[in-house]
Amino acid sequence: MGLAKRIIPCLDVDQGRVVKGVQFVDIRDAGDPVEIAKKYDEQGADEITFLDITASHEDRDTTVHTVEKMASQVFIPLTVGGGIRKVEDIRNMLNAGADKVSINTAAVFNPDFVGEAASRFGSQCIVVAIDAKQVSAPGEPGRWEIFTHGGRKPTGLDAIEWAQKMASYGAGEILLTSMDRDGMKSGFDLGVTRAISDAVSIPVIASGGVGNLQHLADGVTDGGADAVLAASIFHFGEYSVQEAKRFMHAQGIEMRL
Amino acid sequence: MNSIAIIDYGMGNLHSVASAVEHVAPSAQVIVSADSQVIREADRVILPGVGAIRDCIGEIRRLGFDELVKEVAQDRPLLGICVGMQAMMQRSEENNGVPCIGLFDGDVKFFGNPLFEGSQRLKVPHMGWNGVSQTMAHPLWHNIEDGERFYFVHSYYVPAEPDMATVAGQSDYGYSLAAAIAHQNIFATQFHPEKSQHSGLQLLENFSTWDGRI
Repeated sequence: MGLAKRIIPCLDVDQGRVVKGVQFVDIRDAGDPVEIAKKYDEQGADEITFLDITASHEDRDTTVHTVEKMASQVFIPLTVGGGIRKVEDIRNMLNAGADKVSINTAAVFNPDFVGEAASRFGSQCIVVAIDAKQVSAPGEPGRWEIFTHGGRKPTGLDAIEWAQKMASYGAGEILLTSMDRDGMKSGFDLGVTRAISDAVSIPVIASGGVGNLQHLADGVTDGGADAVLAASIFHFGEYSVQEAKRFMHAQGIEMRL
Repeated sequence: MNSIAIIDYGMGNLHSVASAVEHVAPSAQVIVSADSQVIREADRVILPGVGAIRDCIGEIRRLGFDELVKEVAQDRPLLGICVGMQAMMQRSEENNGVPCIGLFDGDVKFFGNPLFEGSQRLKVPHMGWNGVSQTMAHPLWHNIEDGERFYFVHSYYVPAEPDMATVAGQSDYGYSLAAAIAHQNIFATQFHPEKSQHSGLQLLENFSTWDGRI
């Protein structure tokens, strides 16, 4: 028996409620984050990712409170992302019961923050989130660039080089989201997933674009991902986490059943 | 009243450990403390830990917890978790070599980069759910199936040497590693029981009532 590939349901949380945007725009209400996390835990989720998309700082206390409540009732690893900009933000989330934090925009503007965070809290709890968009034309060799601000702002950074740099700064894991695919339900961008997975020695979580169970399996077998993250296919009851794990297992992928 | 102290030396997911223990042992008094006297009075003691070993051991020594851990290790159930387990070994290769508390024989080694299993490259840290073979009958394995998966996250490991009598559970990731070690009233896990859902909670429940005998 070896290490299992992981399924990570993702909760996008705004002011204490789970929401899921389609390409970060259209928001539908999907419910109470603690109840949803408990449901996924019962279904056999391997981890939970909590993305705080609350815009205002005043609502950050709500987030800390929700994380505390979740961590006291769900006994699987919990990653919290969104708005992690300072060492103090990391400490607050870890103290609230998060096991890992996901750093996104702050890493782009200040890569040393990742190094500081890793040396202070250990690489095992530092996830660097990468939002990548394909910038090569069809037919050209694949090239992807890092975008910030929900995919609106290009940075000029090459996604593969960036992933390698983040790993060398002490990131323990990469959460890779394809901005072209997010919310499209057409599957992960397997090209960038495979390229980054091969380029770094740390685990890679594939995210963005899952519409069915085959997409999850493809992320692992073709994309080389160590874990797959999805939101809407689980939130709206199309599939349970357990069904997804059985499906992937039947395709020869090592899973925790 | 059954009291379980979790040693607080400023490193680690103490609250996760505390809430998991509270969940499985609602009648126990669960104390997160940095006060040696409070810890000394507890019936059971947990040494958790995450992060880099140099910082962990540094804080453990600064607060005098190395001597405290040796003291409580003599007469009551003691559970080490993750870096807490590594801290119980003789020495770790991490941070250019760090001497540890030395409750167990054996050193902590780096997985290496790149790490291979056959021709397949493995990612480091070893992160996620891996199976644990129970290599020793032990009360802490009560109601846990042999081969059950637990959640790991670490880049350094204790090799499960064939002649190492203290290995209680073994996992494979490039190498055979000690997933759990045990000796008399001491048990320690490389994995995180507090994050390992049913099987991890069962282990913590077993610890909360363990009398320290094998």
